[in-house]
Amino acid sequence: MGILPVALWTDMLIWLLLSAITVFVWYCSRHAHLAAPWARVFRSRAALASAVFLAAYLMIGLCDSLHYRQALPTVDTRSPVAYAVEVRSLLDAALSALRERNERTYSAPLATRLHQKELIEKPDGSSSRDYPRLRHGGAHLANEDAWGEDIAWHLFAGLVASIALWGLLVAAMRYSFARRWPEIPWGAAYAALACMLALAGPLAALAVNYHVLGTDKIGQDVLYQALKSIRTSMVIGTLTTLVLLPVGIAAGIMAGYFRGWVDDAIQYFYTTLNSIPGVLLIAASVLMVQVFVDSHPDLFPTAAQRADFRLLMLCAILGAIGWTGLARLLRGETLKLVELEYIQAAHAFGVPDARILLRHILPNVSHIVIIALVMDFSGLVLAEAVLSYVGVGVDPTTISFGTMINAARLEMAREPMVWWALATAFTFMFVLVLAANLFADAVRDGFDPRVRM
Amino acid sequence: MSAHDIVLAVSGLKAHLDTPRGEVRAVDGVAIELRKGECFALVGESGSGKSMTALSLMRLLPETGRIADGRVMLGDQDLLALPEAAMRAVRGRRVAMIFQEPSTALNPVLSVGRQIMEVVERHSRLRLSGEAVRRRALELLEAVGIPDAGRRCEEYPFQLSGGLKQRVMIACALAAEPEILIADEPTTALDVTIQAQILDLLAKLQAERQMAILLITHDLGIVARMAQRVAVMYAGEIVEVADRDVFFAGPQHPYAQKLFEALPSPEKRGSELSVIAGQVPALTGTFSGCRFVARCELAYRRCHHEMPQLITIPEDHAVRRLVRCHLREEGLAPPPLVNASEVQTGTPVVAASPSVIVAVENLKVHFPIRKGLFKRVVGQVRAVDGVSLAIHSGRTLALVGESGCGKTTAGKALLRLITPTHGRVVFAGKDLSSLSREALRASRGAMQIIFQDPYASLNPRMRTADILGEGMRSLGVGRDKKDREDRMAELLAQVGLPLEVLSRYPHEFSGGQRQRIAIARALAVEPKLIVCDEPTSALDVSVQAQILNLLKSLQERLGIAYLFITHNISIVEYLAHEVAVMYLGRIVEHGTAQEVLGNPKHPYTEALLSAVPAVPVPAAPGADGKRGIIRLTGELPSPAQPPTGCHFHPRCPKAMPECRETYPQAVQLERGRTVNCLLYRASNAASSN
Repeated sequence: MGILPVALWTDMLIWLLLSAITVFVWYCSRHAHLAAPWARVFRSRAALASAVFLAAYLMIGLCDSLHYRQALPTVDTRSPVAYAVEVRSLLDAALSALRERNERTYSAPLATRLHQKELIEKPDGSSSRDYPRLRHGGAHLANEDAWGEDIAWHLFAGLVASIALWGLLVAAMRYSFARRWPEIPWGAAYAALACMLALAGPLAALAVNYHVLGTDKIGQDVLYQALKSIRTSMVIGTLTTLVLLPVGIAAGIMAGYFRGWVDDAIQYFYTTLNSIPGVLLIAASVLMVQVFVDSHPDLFPTAAQRADFRLLMLCAILGAIGWTGLARLLRGETLKLVELEYIQAAHAFGVPDARILLRHILPNVSHIVIIALVMDFSGLVLAEAVLSYVGVGVDPTTISFGTMINAARLEMAREPMVWWALATAFTFMFVLVLAANLFADAVRDGFDPRVRM
Repeated sequence: MSAHDIVLAVSGLKAHLDTPRGEVRAVDGVAIELRKGECFALVGESGSGKSMTALSLMRLLPETGRIADGRVMLGDQDLLALPEAAMRAVRGRRVAMIFQEPSTALNPVLSVGRQIMEVVERHSRLRLSGEAVRRRALELLEAVGIPDAGRRCEEYPFQLSGGLKQRVMIACALAAEPEILIADEPTTALDVTIQAQILDLLAKLQAERQMAILLITHDLGIVARMAQRVAVMYAGEIVEVADRDVFFAGPQHPYAQKLFEALPSPEKRGSELSVIAGQVPALTGTFSGCRFVARCELAYRRCHHEMPQLITIPEDHAVRRLVRCHLREEGLAPPPLVNASEVQTGTPVVAASPSVIVAVENLKVHFPIRKGLFKRVVGQVRAVDGVSLAIHSGRTLALVGESGCGKTTAGKALLRLITPTHGRVVFAGKDLSSLSREALRASRGAMQIIFQDPYASLNPRMRTADILGEGMRSLGVGRDKKDREDRMAELLAQVGLPLEVLSRYPHEFSGGQRQRIAIARALAVEPKLIVCDEPTSALDVSVQAQILNLLKSLQERLGIAYLFITHNISIVEYLAHEVAVMYLGRIVEHGTAQEVLGNPKHPYTEALLSAVPAVPVPAAPGADGKRGIIRLTGELPSPAQPPTGCHFHPRCPKAMPECRETYPQAVQLERGRTVNCLLYRASNAASSN
């Protein structure tokens, strides 16, 4: 069966960014003074452990960033192949079991029955109100009394698989990375990996036959939604910086270097931008984008492309109003740098301004840029959740932590309470943001010139 | 000298610092004794461990440091054994400390009176309170010579100048009448005239209060003026201890001898300064022999294998002199050779009529002071206010003055790094100050600059090859890449660096090596004139000698002219052909180096020269040509509001009533010698223009 690759805008940008980062890493590894701060970062145990978690999130997000449309089965081989309207990703394909096994409505984690009573027709023709069995969750159990035993068995199997996988991965890392960089405390990475696999293995094993984290109002698997949300967060957290960086860097170093009216103009501009409440700007812009999308249906053939466009625009809007902080930091640093003697020496050689900015100023503020980037990431992930919750974030059809929380908020008032959707979104986001923050701390320490000896 | 005169006895003190490169033994077995009412100087270059020794005595080591061993006996108390709470009572009350940088040692949000009163309340033995504390603070401010103490008491640190702040620091230190004052480079951040005031103050207080001073410094001149006894530190150890006169009459340790030889002085004009090869060894490892062995010209086999101890020298008549050198077991060192005879007059070896390459005419740089919402100009800081100079090819013009007099601004305005407000800089018939930025680029190569701080003057993100190549590429020196690479190799050879430095980054080099790279960078574009903006003031004496030698030999070989901006008179004496003395934006005296330094005419020049602590020459004790000491009162006025009339009259010991009226015109005394002072108007009216 044929497939039609679909390149969503965000996909292309994500892969572009990834390749840019790969080139950057390669470039750093060739230059001792650029590699040294990264070596310091990874010498921190917390950073290494966080990096393992971030890498896992990244893998999931990247798998979710390869999209395609499946060819529809055709009766007539001569007619052109028609493709499904639905755009799927590699992750969807891998998780098809989770995606397709929808229940009717809420079910608790690992439950075998629905969360609410329904009228059930019994084989003998009578009917009663009871919790009906789920269509998929625990459906393989002939006898529900064996539930506990079955769970335990799955847990065990999952753990064994995890341990095996862990052993393999550790061995691979020992023979590749650890040999090359013996000074890095790999123990922390192994421990983090063990933690993660100990959770992921049983989760995966149980997910085959159960809804491990329950189902939502329309019966979709919550685990699947959480995994899909990762890409949204990642896109928001990284692509925003693509917009934010060029504007922030250019405005910041130009204001600091040229001073005079350039500085005044840039400063007035970002002060004005900062004094307008961010949420208002975002809400207005998102509505405009929505109007544009609705009035140009021909540009966006599928729902996924519409949602993707809105996600991309959200990144652009967040970036367009988020550069002020970075610009302000860079302006201050540049003001300090231009007084330094190597800049004056360059002036004495008549080096053109553009070259001074690129060769002297930019490399010497790069540490601030990197620190700001990493620290912004978690802020942006949280911002997305808040904006989607308010309703001005991503498209309602896009699965994100924000939309998950928004959907789950009303159910907190139900009796018995539906807590799992919220708890899942919270936990996944918490781990991501915590790892990002710990990593950012290590990056800040590693790049801070004051801690150098 | 009986035992109870000893107020502080340090023995076997070891302080270690944890660094990523391993444990640094910054202080390794230091033993000193401090006697009542004595000034004991600890001399050494940076990294020798002298400051760490002082901090260890106070138990104020940085967090990564710890005292590994030793005893510090204050009276009969071992300070190292005291609990921290008891130690707090010792600090300030019995042992006080003043630091190098007075501007960061005072709290900017408390008035100076409040800060002194705090110390008085905390430490005073009389348990003073209320009005009594204030009176005591006033007394202290008066004792350290702060005029108008009552008003100053209410002022905040930013309202005080550097010299006054250091006086306030001293007042704080004296508040509890400590037995010992540790002064860690107390005048390094100050100008010479202010330094002289502070040193006099310290000497006076020491005599009055019978206080022991532990003076930490790198300046042998200060040691000669202040200390009774001297200890020289090298690589964490004391290598020589002696009484001041004995020490200056003939230092015994090869390192101490070298330090003296490396000092620039007029006697050494025309000859190369002696340098100490190599660098201070890393203190992370253990030593099997003498620590100085790698840099010592006199080292022999034993020095490599056996660690020397502090010994007394046989047949040494000077009592209490200890030296850490195997050679001295044989007796006193021979007196150092004096090779002054061949270059006695120090006549400049240059062409008879050197041509003028750059002429500066009435250069002014005014910085507007802006205030208010619309940034109206409310005044001008006259940093440079009418400077005229002529710089001759192959010669060195030294621009001398205190910080804030505008000498660096003048140098930068000459290069158009700062746009002059007024005046002309004529180079090759063109007025550079009126050229556009594009037109100026063609002339950029002819004039270059070397900066003071070798750590800030090289871009840390660029390799040496890129640093050297930048100017060449920008100014089109060299036809292609290959040509430029050949040129770089040649430059490195000229400044005495190996070829492999090209691919390395600045952080891998020491201060002296960085300064060599900065010199090579300036040379890369084949300049006719190099503005040297205090190129050695951030370097140690031995490294300074290397850089001065290099600059001198480059001048001889390439015929480059230098505009040498400095406050260090001994460098001027050694290097300069002509001297221009600047005060508050204007040149007050100008002439050849011998004339101006040997026979200063302007009262400011006289005072400046007399304020410089002279190092007695070891070979000729007593014949150090002591200048009559003229003490200037007060400090440099603000260039935003210069005094009316002669700028110098408020501080001038010879001021006359008419000095207040008009700024004195330049008076030509001899050929090429001018002085701006009314004293010479009457006697030389005929020769004045």
